[in-house]
Amino acid sequence: MLVLGPLGFTAPWLLAALAALPVLWFLLRATPPAPVRRRFPGVVLLLGLDDTDAQAERTPWWLLLLRMLALAAAIVGFAGPVLNPRPSVPATGPLLIVEDGSWASARDWSGRMARIREALNAASAAGRPVALVVLSAPPPAPPAFSDAATLARGLPALRPAAWEPAMTDPARLLPEGKFDTLWLSDGLDRPGRGALAAALEARGRLSVWQPARPVAALGRPQIADRGVSVPLILSAPATGRYDVLAEGPDPTGTMRELARATVDLADAKTGEALFDLPAELRNRVTRFTLDGTTSAGAVALADDTLRRRKVALIAGGGAAREGLALLSPLHYLREALSPTADLIGGTLGDALIARPDAIVLADVGTVAERVEVLKWVAQGGVLIRFAGPRLAATDTAGDPLLPVALRQGGRSVGGTMAWGEPRRLAPFPPGSPFAGLTIPQDVTVSEQVMAEPGPDLAAQTVAALADGTPLVTRASLGKGEVVLFHVSANADWSNLPLSGLFPQMLARLVASAGGAVPGAADLAGQSWVPVRLLDGFGRLSATEAHAAVPGAELAKGQPGPDLPPGIYTAGNRSVALDALAKGRDLTPAVWPAGAEIEAGATVRPMPLKGGALALALLLALLDVVAALWVGGKLRGRAVAGLAVAALAVGLAVPAPAARAAETAMPIDRAVAAASDVVLGYIPSGDDQVDRIAEAGLKGLGQMLAERTTVEPGAPMRIDLASDDLALFTLLYWPVTALTPAPTPEEYLRLNRFLRAGGMILFDTRDADLTEAEGAASDAGRQLQAIAAPLEIPPLAQIPSDHVLTRTFYLIQDFPGRYDGPIWVEAPAPDAEQAEGMPFRNLTDGVTPVVIGGNDWASAWAVNDDGSPMFPVGSGSAGERQREVAFRFGINLVMHVLTGNYKSDQVHVPALLERLGQ
Amino acid sequence: MTPLARHRAALDLRRRAYEAGAGALPALLVAARQLAETVRMGGHGRRRPGAGDDFWQYRLAQPGDPARMIDWRRSARSDAAYVRDREWQVAQALYLWADDAASMRFSAAPGRPEKAARARLLALALAVLAIRAGERVGLAQPGAPARPGRAQLMTLAGLLARTMTQGAPVPETSAPEPAVIAAHSRAVFLSDFLSDPAPVEAALAMLSGRGVQGVLLQILDPAEEDFPYDGRTVFEAMSGGLRFETREARDLRARYLDRLAERRERLSRAAMNAGWQFSTHRTDAAPQSALLWLHAALERGV
Repeated sequence: MLVLGPLGFTAPWLLAALAALPVLWFLLRATPPAPVRRRFPGVVLLLGLDDTDAQAERTPWWLLLLRMLALAAAIVGFAGPVLNPRPSVPATGPLLIVEDGSWASARDWSGRMARIREALNAASAAGRPVALVVLSAPPPAPPAFSDAATLARGLPALRPAAWEPAMTDPARLLPEGKFDTLWLSDGLDRPGRGALAAALEARGRLSVWQPARPVAALGRPQIADRGVSVPLILSAPATGRYDVLAEGPDPTGTMRELARATVDLADAKTGEALFDLPAELRNRVTRFTLDGTTSAGAVALADDTLRRRKVALIAGGGAAREGLALLSPLHYLREALSPTADLIGGTLGDALIARPDAIVLADVGTVAERVEVLKWVAQGGVLIRFAGPRLAATDTAGDPLLPVALRQGGRSVGGTMAWGEPRRLAPFPPGSPFAGLTIPQDVTVSEQVMAEPGPDLAAQTVAALADGTPLVTRASLGKGEVVLFHVSANADWSNLPLSGLFPQMLARLVASAGGAVPGAADLAGQSWVPVRLLDGFGRLSATEAHAAVPGAELAKGQPGPDLPPGIYTAGNRSVALDALAKGRDLTPAVWPAGAEIEAGATVRPMPLKGGALALALLLALLDVVAALWVGGKLRGRAVAGLAVAALAVGLAVPAPAARAAETAMPIDRAVAAASDVVLGYIPSGDDQVDRIAEAGLKGLGQMLAERTTVEPGAPMRIDLASDDLALFTLLYWPVTALTPAPTPEEYLRLNRFLRAGGMILFDTRDADLTEAEGAASDAGRQLQAIAAPLEIPPLAQIPSDHVLTRTFYLIQDFPGRYDGPIWVEAPAPDAEQAEGMPFRNLTDGVTPVVIGGNDWASAWAVNDDGSPMFPVGSGSAGERQREVAFRFGINLVMHVLTGNYKSDQVHVPALLERLGQ
Repeated sequence: MTPLARHRAALDLRRRAYEAGAGALPALLVAARQLAETVRMGGHGRRRPGAGDDFWQYRLAQPGDPARMIDWRRSARSDAAYVRDREWQVAQALYLWADDAASMRFSAAPGRPEKAARARLLALALAVLAIRAGERVGLAQPGAPARPGRAQLMTLAGLLARTMTQGAPVPETSAPEPAVIAAHSRAVFLSDFLSDPAPVEAALAMLSGRGVQGVLLQILDPAEEDFPYDGRTVFEAMSGGLRFETREARDLRARYLDRLAERRERLSRAAMNAGWQFSTHRTDAAPQSALLWLHAALERGV
């Protein structure tokens, strides 16, 4: 290859032909343009006239130049020009391809595969033997060099691992002999990398491909004072905005984004995403992900540290008397905590065995199990104590389970025997865990226990009354803390437990409890079973056959082939293991000076051959026009015709499709959609299929108008970008392999449509061969790709008692042109057949999707004259199938319009019976 | 039947109608009559004498006059018998020559009539006018002697349209036949006069000797007058017999126009010498103007 600046030529010797151009100049100059033949009666008058000017005898110089340019462009084109050529090394001998295969490789996996394929193709062309080593799954023995084509066949099965490669002895990994190496690095430095690089350099040329962007990963989520904090770790300082998403199931069980936090980095290596979530929402979070990065490292799994807290409620003074539940000191605590925490009752000794995150002691004077409680608090427990008559009467001097020393007796303000008004609350100080909560004006305190003044009192006070006396005090003790409310937990001393502030305060306290990552001591000694594992792309999937790991291994937090990241459980505890190893500091890889580095994001080589040849062709066309013009064969109309043709060609060149700006639905279209029941279809990307869909919906509409009270308007082609889907009830979506996936905004609209009770009928039009072949058809794969971001509940093959079988007609088959099974929302697992009822009450509401491959539109489609557009089956059996297809369509529309009305009909006998009584 | 096949059938039918002479003849006749009508209605309105119908005088009946010649109404007003005498009139003869050589079958632009078509139209229109005026009309070629009457009009139209029918032989050149033209009659020659002018000059000399007066009208296509060609061109005669190649046609324009003017000058001089009149007509101009000029020229000569 010849390289001239940014240009390279694959066949440079062809350029020698450029030297022949001047010869062409003389050749072309000698040839005059061909004459025009004209009939002309006046020729007799011309006879004998001589030409004086010989200008047209020779080709004009500019025409010559045009021709030579065309020829030069063709020569250059065939010489294979490449912009930014990849310096090709005349390499021979074996080639070893090394792929890190870690989670950090997952984000640009397709680019890596393309690079490997390119290397394999080049090696295959050069006849070099190739071997491939994936460091995250090192082969047990050094790999043997083999045919590149064989390796290329195995490429699609290659997947990144969710862990980083472990340190490997290069001697055990590398084949014998000399070879060149292409190392596709993930860009991260790790122990053993330098040794391996040195070993590879010793064997031959080492070239390294690595991404230009720094690797980003999420660390372990931690409970912070104000919410959940997720650290963001980069391999190199960067400036930019990163979005961290908290994902979890919504009330219907669909995974969705629950919250989003933005981290703005300004040339920094680390950042922190802070999620201030209500307890209910936080309990639902299953994982945090870095938006736009598909890598296991960009996923932080939520485990027990973020989950519901276990709180033990202990009241002093033995069991409350029966019938006095409202006076129980625990009543308000139970009401306040039960929405956000799991409550444990019983004695303190029993509760400690259950390892609660927090213990609430309401009016307990002296803690009997002081040693055990102290130990528990030191390990991270939060002890919340409430005052009361008993505590006030106890001598608490030197009690380590109180944050402050208390005066015996307490005080009473605003009571019948006291001076002064009941006290209001002062605003919470900024450092307090309660900071930011709104204090209701009617919260007053009439009795409290008083703290002994001391130097630390102000620092320990997290809530105070308007006169400055402490209301809540806090002290740290080991990893945990002790909190004291200076009022009782019931409404005797204050109306704080009656206010909305009380549950909020408790929720904040409880949330901060138990946030500590379980230490080695917590995990050791137990066998942890993985239940859900992360793959390299950050997808979480259930696992069954995986060996349990010892807790000590888990506690080290170093994921590997034997310890894949995911969720591990033991008993009712669960622990998450992230792909990012514990304590891992991401640093960019450093390569030895001799290695050639290709950055993944640099300019790609761009072949210019096509462009040069197109230019040559264009110039040749221009030459045709110019030659005609010089020959006087272009006049008037011919020129106009050519101009029109040229213009048409220019217009036909596909301009970069300007993205249609999102526009509102045209008002007349909206009115048309709203004034009737309108069946819509979503364009499939194939005009023929769309026409059939429209004709099919028209045929179904005619049938509906004939047989039912539904009289649909003309079917509409849905424009997802602008149409208001709320105006439609049933959308038919024929899916082909070419169907484009909607944009994120369009997915939002579709999801809103589905949530609001709309239905989409997906039709892959392939007779559902998916199941028969065991592998999805093209349309089926495309359907999976399209439907993945849609909020679709679990699906099941339609049960025989589904409401679709009886919304208008009684049918059991749902054929179109084909007769395959269809899929609808799975019935509730606990659906039972009621006594004496023929049907189960399966689901509430309308199934949001019906999926099948029966090509319904073709069965419904009618021509303009009302005759069927396509044959169905053969003979009368086929006509019967078409009839059933129409019945299915009618049932479907009825189902969308009436919901599970027919399902509710099963209760009619019971209602009638009751009315009769 | 597809539209294409239907179109072909119609074309075929029309071709056969032309072959039978049924298509062109009435069309040409109608066009010529319409053209003649515009002249009659125009400022050159002709008085309406009846040929031989004009009253001349009453004279006393002589012995030998047949009884049926006596005008009884005039005779009743006196004692004598009168005879109604009419003017004795000899009708003029008009001879037409519409050149039908190959060079006349030329039209440089689609939609513009061929020179031959224009010549035929003008000839027939003149025939209509003349016959309406009671004169005898014939063609300056053998086989078409001058006769009066409407029937003659149909004969002339048939002869003129003969070369329009497809497949008819197209003569390379043609010239008027002066022998058939009666003395002291009128003649009108319609041609492009691009071929050798010698036969025409000879005919003119011969005819002027016989007291025949007439008109030469040169009919040219605008392309022949303007010569709008350039570039390397091979010019061919309509029959394909003559060829002329030039490398730069535009360069020839001035000299071609000179030659054309020279040819006109020669024709004009020949006409003047013979007491004839000469004019030119372009096929992109309206035929009415040419007819008016022809009519006036013939009137003047009368």
